[in-house]
Amino acid sequence: MREFGYRRVHDVPGALALLGADPDARCLGGGTNLVDLMKAGVERPGLLIDVRELPLDRIAATDGGGLRIGATVTNSDLAAHPEVRRRYPALAQAVLAGASGQLRNMATVGGNLLQRTRCGYFTDPAKPCNKRIPGSGCPALEGEHHNHAILGASEHCVAVHPSDMGVALAAFDAVVSYETVDGPGELPLAEFYLPVGETPHLETALPPGALITGVTLPPAPVAAHSRYRKVRERASYAFAIGSIAAALDVRDGVIRDVRLAFGAVASRPWRAREAERVLTGGPASAEAFAAAADAELAAAEALPHNGYKVTLMRNLVIAMLSELAETDPAELNGGTAR
Amino acid sequence: MAPSTSSAITLNINGEKHALPVDHRTTLLDALREHLDLTGTKKGCDHGQCGACTVLLDGRRAVSCLQLAVAAEGREITTIEGVADGEQLHPVQQAFLDLDGYQCGYCTPGQICSAIAVIEEHAAGWPSAVTDDVRPEAGPPPLTAEEIRERMSGNLCRCGAYVSIVQAVAQAAEAEQKTKEAAA
Repeated sequence: MREFGYRRVHDVPGALALLGADPDARCLGGGTNLVDLMKAGVERPGLLIDVRELPLDRIAATDGGGLRIGATVTNSDLAAHPEVRRRYPALAQAVLAGASGQLRNMATVGGNLLQRTRCGYFTDPAKPCNKRIPGSGCPALEGEHHNHAILGASEHCVAVHPSDMGVALAAFDAVVSYETVDGPGELPLAEFYLPVGETPHLETALPPGALITGVTLPPAPVAAHSRYRKVRERASYAFAIGSIAAALDVRDGVIRDVRLAFGAVASRPWRAREAERVLTGGPASAEAFAAAADAELAAAEALPHNGYKVTLMRNLVIAMLSELAETDPAELNGGTAR
Repeated sequence: MAPSTSSAITLNINGEKHALPVDHRTTLLDALREHLDLTGTKKGCDHGQCGACTVLLDGRRAVSCLQLAVAAEGREITTIEGVADGEQLHPVQQAFLDLDGYQCGYCTPGQICSAIAVIEEHAAGWPSAVTDDVRPEAGPPPLTAEEIRERMSGNLCRCGAYVSIVQAVAQAAEAEQKTKEAAA
């Protein structure tokens, strides 16, 4: 591991001053991904700015029924928060589906958004990787790629984003807030992650020297009737091979509102807007769910060993929406059970 | 000017203060084992994937292999050496002994630290990935074997003593519940 300096900051201006002064600096939250990548030699910061004690650890209700989540809120506190569980149950479920109890206690919301792919070529400095060394090539295309992207990838990179939390945030139109020395800014999650294209090493639209301060979830009544499901190669404590966050509002047999986002299929949490468009205003039937899944997955481009993901995601869409349609929303939304 | 790559820090471990110089690259796990002779905490994978190095930070379980020692300054660190009350074993330690919740014992300190936290997290009403209804109105889920297995999934046991580990956690949780009820 490269040697590095360490500074602990207690206010946002202090963090921004350090970040702005040293392009070699990185922010340290829980460290569950960064420290591991530093051990592997993939990340080589010259300075770590410990942001864990910044006053960004609160979850607050916003006007109209949304939530504002601070960047240093831990995954555990996010998943345990009563309003998260009540208003956005799929978000609590997504966070709980990720990592282990130990890691969720350490990991932060800001760090979760900025975590790197677990592609085995990216995490091994002995291998070429366009994300690590632009122009060096992508061995995954012809190598180990059974858990790589089927949507939105390019010939330069087929890695997937590993976050579970991000999938639920994508479904609920989350907005990322940040600060720079020039002032604050916001990025909708849909614009937060850059398209892969020819530049897989450029992952987010954050300006240089920016510090994520929080995530805002706008009010979304449909989110109260939502679920997250994660498919993986063992029952717990593993990254997804495919996951889905879904929310559904059906009245008199007609879909009034629907949210769908996929995980582990693209370089970013994948909001399934085409499927949502097909479903909205139509019947809540298994046939309609299948047609919506097919519409979304028409753009899928499978590699030789990850074609199963197309089938998996289709089945997940149908299963999740059927489950939500069959559950009595009055019971789920009313908050009166037990 | 390049920043200093080492610091003199003080760690608060099991209620005692320990002053030590550390290279910033030192993990809490290595500080405990190599600098402070607290070898109860074990190194397994060193990548946060096995849970053998689990300790409690401010009462919450964490993997010490991904925790930089310098970043642990100011926090209350509890290791397996600090969970008993003098000669009186912690109820979770006693349950692991009573029910043979181990074979070779290498993962056991991490299992026990993790289990202590699991029982507290459950008592605080935290849901898990196998909790069917996470809404607060649904109330806390009963600590079934399925819930214990999910909540303990960050601790691997290569001997495969899981059956007894689940029983030990359940017994300790039940004992603590009874103690609480008796006190109430």
